[in-house]
Amino acid sequence: MTSTTPTTPTTATLDVDHLRISGVPSDAVIVDEVRLEIAPGEIVGVVGESGSGKTTLGLGLLAYCKRGTRLDDGRILIGGRDIAVLPAGEVRRMRGVSVAYIPQSPASALNPALRIGTQLRECVGDVDEARVREVLREVALPDDDTFLKRYPHQLSGGQQQRIAIAMAFIGKPRLIVLDEPTTGLDVTTQKHVLETVRRMCSIYGSAAVYISHDMAVVADLVDRIAVMYSGRVVEAGPAAEVLARPRHPYTARLLMAVPDLAGERQMLGIPGHAPSPLHRPDGCAFAPRCLLAEDRCTHERPPERQIAEGHTARCFKAGEVRVEPSPRVEPAVAPTPEPVLEISGLSARYGRKRVLEGVDLTVARGHCTALLGESGSGKTTLSRCIAGLHADFEGTITLDGEPLPASSFRRTTDQRRRVQYVFQNPYESLNPRKTVRELVLAPVKHLCGAVADPEALLQDVLAQAALRPDLADRFPDQLSGGERQRVAIARALAAKPDVLVCDEVTSALDVSVQSSIVELLQRLQAELDLTLVFVTHDIALVRNIAQQVAVLEHGRIVEHGPVREVMQNPQHAYTRSLMKDTPTFVLEGTP
Amino acid sequence: MTAIAISAPAARRHRDGLLVRAVRVRRTRIGLALTLLVLATAFLGPLVAPHGVDDFVGGPYLAESPGTVFGTDNLGRDVLTRFLHGGQLLLVLSLLATLIGVGIGAAVGVTAGYRRGWVDETLMRTGDVLLAFPQVVVALLFLSILGPQLWLIVLIVGLSHAPRVARVIRGATLGVAERDFVKAAEAAAVPRWRIAFSEILPNVTGALMVELGLRLTYSIGLIAALSFLGLGLQPPTADWGLMINENRVALTVSPWAVVLPVTAIAVLTIGTNLITDGLSRASAGIDRGVTR
Repeated sequence: MTSTTPTTPTTATLDVDHLRISGVPSDAVIVDEVRLEIAPGEIVGVVGESGSGKTTLGLGLLAYCKRGTRLDDGRILIGGRDIAVLPAGEVRRMRGVSVAYIPQSPASALNPALRIGTQLRECVGDVDEARVREVLREVALPDDDTFLKRYPHQLSGGQQQRIAIAMAFIGKPRLIVLDEPTTGLDVTTQKHVLETVRRMCSIYGSAAVYISHDMAVVADLVDRIAVMYSGRVVEAGPAAEVLARPRHPYTARLLMAVPDLAGERQMLGIPGHAPSPLHRPDGCAFAPRCLLAEDRCTHERPPERQIAEGHTARCFKAGEVRVEPSPRVEPAVAPTPEPVLEISGLSARYGRKRVLEGVDLTVARGHCTALLGESGSGKTTLSRCIAGLHADFEGTITLDGEPLPASSFRRTTDQRRRVQYVFQNPYESLNPRKTVRELVLAPVKHLCGAVADPEALLQDVLAQAALRPDLADRFPDQLSGGERQRVAIARALAAKPDVLVCDEVTSALDVSVQSSIVELLQRLQAELDLTLVFVTHDIALVRNIAQQVAVLEHGRIVEHGPVREVMQNPQHAYTRSLMKDTPTFVLEGTP
Repeated sequence: MTAIAISAPAARRHRDGLLVRAVRVRRTRIGLALTLLVLATAFLGPLVAPHGVDDFVGGPYLAESPGTVFGTDNLGRDVLTRFLHGGQLLLVLSLLATLIGVGIGAAVGVTAGYRRGWVDETLMRTGDVLLAFPQVVVALLFLSILGPQLWLIVLIVGLSHAPRVARVIRGATLGVAERDFVKAAEAAAVPRWRIAFSEILPNVTGALMVELGLRLTYSIGLIAALSFLGLGLQPPTADWGLMINENRVALTVSPWAVVLPVTAIAVLTIGTNLITDGLSRASAGIDRGVTR
């Protein structure tokens, strides 16, 4: 936590100053000028988008550098001892006892070949059976022998993450670093895990660093927030203050990019993308994307300025930063639409496992229908059945009353053209050996035969997807994540589809990019009268993009209807728990 | 936009082709130099040879003989001339055999890795049966039945490579076939064979190049060995493998007739291996879709 008022080092558990971490051998500065002070029992949220250096910083706080990085400069005082200069052996002894780390994925952090009990006992030097059981009770897990004899794969994701928390807290650490520990968990599980983290920190008085890309989660949990951009902490302060009155333009834009669960506020993307550590601009790293930027910002690096007690920002224009949420406008859609896609009695299997059970769904023309569900609910399988990618199902899918064969290979060219699919991860869905031109034009050439003027079509769809025409000759790895997903959307648009199936298209992307992709899809829906099937796990996103929603749980649709009705008056217990457990915050000035 | 303008050079550097990046690795350059040296000897050598290839210039096995540099061979022909003529055919045959082997192997490997199921099982188990026979034994069997003919040597050596290549390429294909861009092509119902060749094959070129280099080395060794055993090229053809066989009895008297072809084959093997190694280092990463 940065603060310009000097605190006596004895009161803070963690006192970091001038921390710099560089790449090896590139010498690119990944994290620079970081100052953090954390009091016992305090939780600080480190928020940033991918590539901002937050994970590198988190590991750096343990004086640990992952391969390819080096701790360059600065001090890391933990309980008054500078672990940056301690011999490696001593630091290793402190890890797990004085300082602990909870990684992102518990499934890969736990050794699949060892029993839970063995892994927990490993953490404490001399085996203290009572302590093992005590910490299990504290994280609300059973402490009996049968449970201790289980293997990680016999536990649910939430239980695994709680084991990881128990392992971290078993040595009663002074400092604990949590690196996105709830990513990939269901919202209900996430809520329980967050509660556990908060309770454990207050029991042991541990200082905690909570690394996350999700403003809403952080808003719920932490005492103070440090916002990272391009390797620096650009704003830091008490959570309530940073959320209510951000003083760095990046923080303000980041807050406005978060989808509003109530659907009152328009979510706004941030244009452009963050610079890579190898090519950071001279001045303020955010200047190229900042609306307030002036000449000075592009060649002079703004120093840390104190805004209020314990609230700092690195911005020349800190006084002019405003959060101005604009009210969300519901797109105009046909009130009584005709169905375009009808699914009835659909049951699908993966091998012997049934993943969908008697699904009935009607998708209205020109509407956006969201398929909302958590991992394992069958939402992706349903979308793949629609696209003809998963042929092992019973039941019927009709497109304008005409039944669709199960496999895409059995569908007519026109049927294939009319239903297009956009994949979750644009890093996987674009062939790395093809240029944007080839990627966009290949399916349409295959589906429509000869295209009269391919170049005009290419330019047309690139423009629709808000991509610059000169990107046509690039390869996917020369594009940012957001640009890649736009290329994937342009590829689907080139076939002039009626129905666009979007499978979690924003989940691999940053919040700021997510908003601009959602903006794009909404514009396309209105301009091209496109029918969207939007698969997601994020209920706030559903509120902001869809007109209809189908909530899936364990392969069944438990609730289906207009978004406004379902969200204002959820009928099913599952929908209600989703509404209740989704972390959210209300931005000041929201209409 | 500034951010894009700044990041462009880095992106371009990465976009350089596999070969360009391979040449930046030092071992590739050494390998290229060695290989080119042997290729030059084999293809330009006949032009500068001092004598006719079948001319007798003295008695047999003379270590020193007027008008020769390295003495004479078992029949009194000039060793240097025989050596300069002896590489061409060997290299051409090896190259053809390699192309056949890697071509068939890649097609089988991609098919098996992409289609999976019974197609995969049938192809790979058939390959396993073929792999059970040592390459030389299979080659000897066919050559002794059908007689030593050039097309047969090429075919046998090539086919004996195919199951080995198929195994490697299948492994590389498995990972690529699971990726979403293959699914995207399937959603458009692009014919399977076209998905295999235009979506998958370009993403396994790294492994393919490595196999090409490796199998070329083995082909040279195998064809030279067949000649040495008398079932490859037949006398009076000038051939490195044959030269070793014809002159090995006089190794102590007139060593050059054996040393020269052995050295050439060794240098070529080391050279192609170094190139292969450089290629595999340069291709590490791109096939897995890693950006840097």
